[in-house]
Amino acid sequence: MAKIVVIGNGMVGYKFCEKLCAQATAGDFEITVFGEEPWPAYDRVHLSAYFSGSTADDLIMAPRSWYEENNIDLRTNEMIVKIDREQKKIISHTGHDYDYDKLILATGSGAFVPPIDGVDKKGVFVYRTLEDLDAIIEYSKKAKSAAVIGGGLLGLEAAKAVIDMGLEAHVIEFAPRLMPRQLDEAGSATLQSKLEDLGISIHLSKNTKSINGNGKITGMSFADSTSLSTDMLIISAGIKPRDELAKECGLSTAPRGGGNVNEFLQTDDENIYAIGEVASYQNMIYGLVAPGYEMATQVVNQLTNKEVKPFMGFDMSTKLKLIGVDVGSFGDPFGEFEPSKPIVYENKNSGIYKRINVSTDGKRLLGGILVGDASAYNMLLQMTQNKMPLPPEPEDLILGARGGKEAAGAGVESLPEEAQICSCENVTKGAICSLIENDGVTKVDEIKSCTKAGTGCGGCMPMVNDLLKHQLKAMGKAVKNVLCEHFDYSRQELLDIVKVKGIKTYNELLDQFGQGDGCEVCKPAVASILASTWNELVTKQDTIQDTNDRYLANIQKGGTYSVVPRIPGGEITPEKLIVIGEVGKKYGLYTKITGGQRIDLFGARVDQLPDIWEELINAGFESGHAYGKSLRTIKSCVGSTWCRYGVQDSVSFAIQVEERYRGLRSPHKLKGAVSGCIRECAEAQSKDFGIIATEKGWNLYVCGNGGSKPQHAQLLINDVDTETCLKYIDRFLMFYIRTAEPLTRTATWLNKLEGGMDYLRDVVVNDSLGIGEELEKEMQFMIDTYACEWKEVVNNPELRAKFKHFVNADEEDPTLKFQDMRGQKIPASWG
Amino acid sequence: MISELEKYKTADTSKVKNWFKAAPVEAFPENGGACIKYKDLQIAVFNFTRRNEWYACQNLCPHKMQMILSRGMIGSEEGEPKVACPFHKKTFSLKTGKNINGDTCDIATYPIKIEDGYVYVGFEH
Repeated sequence: MAKIVVIGNGMVGYKFCEKLCAQATAGDFEITVFGEEPWPAYDRVHLSAYFSGSTADDLIMAPRSWYEENNIDLRTNEMIVKIDREQKKIISHTGHDYDYDKLILATGSGAFVPPIDGVDKKGVFVYRTLEDLDAIIEYSKKAKSAAVIGGGLLGLEAAKAVIDMGLEAHVIEFAPRLMPRQLDEAGSATLQSKLEDLGISIHLSKNTKSINGNGKITGMSFADSTSLSTDMLIISAGIKPRDELAKECGLSTAPRGGGNVNEFLQTDDENIYAIGEVASYQNMIYGLVAPGYEMATQVVNQLTNKEVKPFMGFDMSTKLKLIGVDVGSFGDPFGEFEPSKPIVYENKNSGIYKRINVSTDGKRLLGGILVGDASAYNMLLQMTQNKMPLPPEPEDLILGARGGKEAAGAGVESLPEEAQICSCENVTKGAICSLIENDGVTKVDEIKSCTKAGTGCGGCMPMVNDLLKHQLKAMGKAVKNVLCEHFDYSRQELLDIVKVKGIKTYNELLDQFGQGDGCEVCKPAVASILASTWNELVTKQDTIQDTNDRYLANIQKGGTYSVVPRIPGGEITPEKLIVIGEVGKKYGLYTKITGGQRIDLFGARVDQLPDIWEELINAGFESGHAYGKSLRTIKSCVGSTWCRYGVQDSVSFAIQVEERYRGLRSPHKLKGAVSGCIRECAEAQSKDFGIIATEKGWNLYVCGNGGSKPQHAQLLINDVDTETCLKYIDRFLMFYIRTAEPLTRTATWLNKLEGGMDYLRDVVVNDSLGIGEELEKEMQFMIDTYACEWKEVVNNPELRAKFKHFVNADEEDPTLKFQDMRGQKIPASWG
Repeated sequence: MISELEKYKTADTSKVKNWFKAAPVEAFPENGGACIKYKDLQIAVFNFTRRNEWYACQNLCPHKMQMILSRGMIGSEEGEPKVACPFHKKTFSLKTGKNINGDTCDIATYPIKIEDGYVYVGFEH
């Protein structure tokens, strides 16, 4: 059994172990890993998450039990101080020695601390380990402001941490621009203005001369005679490879640090490898995770006698979200390695900068920079790496399709087999396609677990998804859009079946048109179809509902629920406000105003829900359906009754609309708004349907949403009267309910609708399908049969009895735990 | 909470020492579940009417340590009966407790029998 010793338990050291265990046959290797920190390897890339609520446990790459299960001897808190190459032994600071056959140096790097006068003062920190972070957090309690030296990737991450701690943030950069290795001047300026909007002060071209203060830092002085006062300083100006061990045992190191390695990652001693940030290949240190993982893979392949590809350097392209701003830099971002012509798009208004460098013959993409919108990053990177031919008008790549043309450029289908889809785990298109083609893989989860693609930064998941869809389609599979393994029908087909056959229960539908026993995908989808067709009480078939619809409340962390009474249009009397306050007080609920102009009461136990609702209903409230895939709220501004600019009574109309569609179940949630004038204070253009008052009537916008992919609603019709407006909303909503896939918002539905907005307008306004009247009739049925679900439950002892935690004990869940925050309760931390 | 997780160990029918009389059959909704209390354990019991089968497993979802599985939807995947956690839709086999769709740990399952209209759950302790 070969003895493998790994010095260093960081991300790359861990990845090496993971890959070796996956490749090796049990009993081939005896693995010992040394880490000088007290805990197992953690995700250093996402360190700043530690400041926004993640715990050390969340960041751990794998728990100690994983090492045990794989027979790896993990020795944390143990630092190796000496390598005896002759005897193939290492010695730790405790004086113990250990033999090795192959030694892996994965000691990584430490923070580079520039030699500034006063750097040893209290309140000066580096940003590298969990211990550093704990010290920073502790010190920040007494601080109001913090400066960060370093405007690169790491420095800006540290600046985010400063903001998360609630301090005034300053970033000090020596170069005349931010992220000097990734961005050009204009890209940096765009990023800078976005960061300044977030309250971060940026100081460029600043050479820090001294750190001032008597014992502890109070400020800094710069070479240009300016100064800055600050309560603390975080140095994040770069990394310094931890090559002391290599040096000490006589291995050669590079002038800029790091143990020299050849293309097989071997140091001068063939039995000692170096991987990750401690390895210097051709005088280059690779300070990113992906190349470190690649090095780990190559060494594992050598140890297990697999095919070995020499390490020939690594692309340093990178995409990340910095404090909420997308930044991407790929290939040759500055166009300095071969003659090229840049194409630049800059929009100062929306904070977007894009640059691509095209070869002088206009045929290839060489690299580029994206700030503010990096959605094209994956495709552009692939085109660069695979030397794919450019479209005739390469500007389409960053500007998108214009003038009604389809987007030029290419989808996943045009990528070559060797295109790297996941750069963290180095998974190629060929590998994924072969899984789908030869191993019968049909799900994204399976691809993830077989190849590990998407398990690192996750940035490649959209491409993996597209690839799966495209490949399945190419194989003639899954062209039909079916609900799940239990129904060979799309949602639209099932809705037609339900309607035509008069099916009213899930079991009937599964018996007659499905197979198997159903699942968590088809049950709520069919429940929604049944509710949108027959409008019967959803709790009659409670076990096919998602938990929110089963208990008519929103489940929250810890397993309690939140309660949202309907407040149509956001209008509420003081008396009713008092009732909500009293209920909140009586049941000890956390209260918060929602984004939709109503009040959410959190922390209700399942057994308390009917009692709470009984009190609310007695005071004249009804269900707000915040738990359902259904109409939520119609937000409104105050409109012409009070507002000097208002041209119509937006509140009255909002209430009318909300009461018209309350309780309407749909493929996904529905939100609306009514604004009383063109100033649009109700933000109607971000809703599924939004109404804006004009002098002559109403403008109706449809298919907008906020959320993770915000999209503006588009104008369906302008200057219509109230009655016409409602008629078109009826038709629009019913058409959406009939044709959308499950869990698809109106915006996504429209994006996939062939013919887009023009087609939708044809159907709704011009009645091109001749179904206008039918849609209105269906909506009228829903309006006529509306009943408050909570009222029915509260008045029905049998339904009410279902709201309890144990069926064999009159007790509440003893594991519920709360803690205090700003005088209200919140759930004790999430496991 | 980890110690909470360790309380739940799959019980083998042949080693059951105590058949706990949990509740009458009607206490459990058709094709759905409910939670019972046994000593300091919470057990999710499922009345899988469609398959004419009963299952029991720990109520604790190991993914985020939530006492919730009894409120999950049940169903099947390629014939294997399963429950989906309401929080993040992690699914577990009701037969073996194996996590089906992801990377979280498996759960403990318990044998069940029906006698005289009552549901009994089997424990080794």
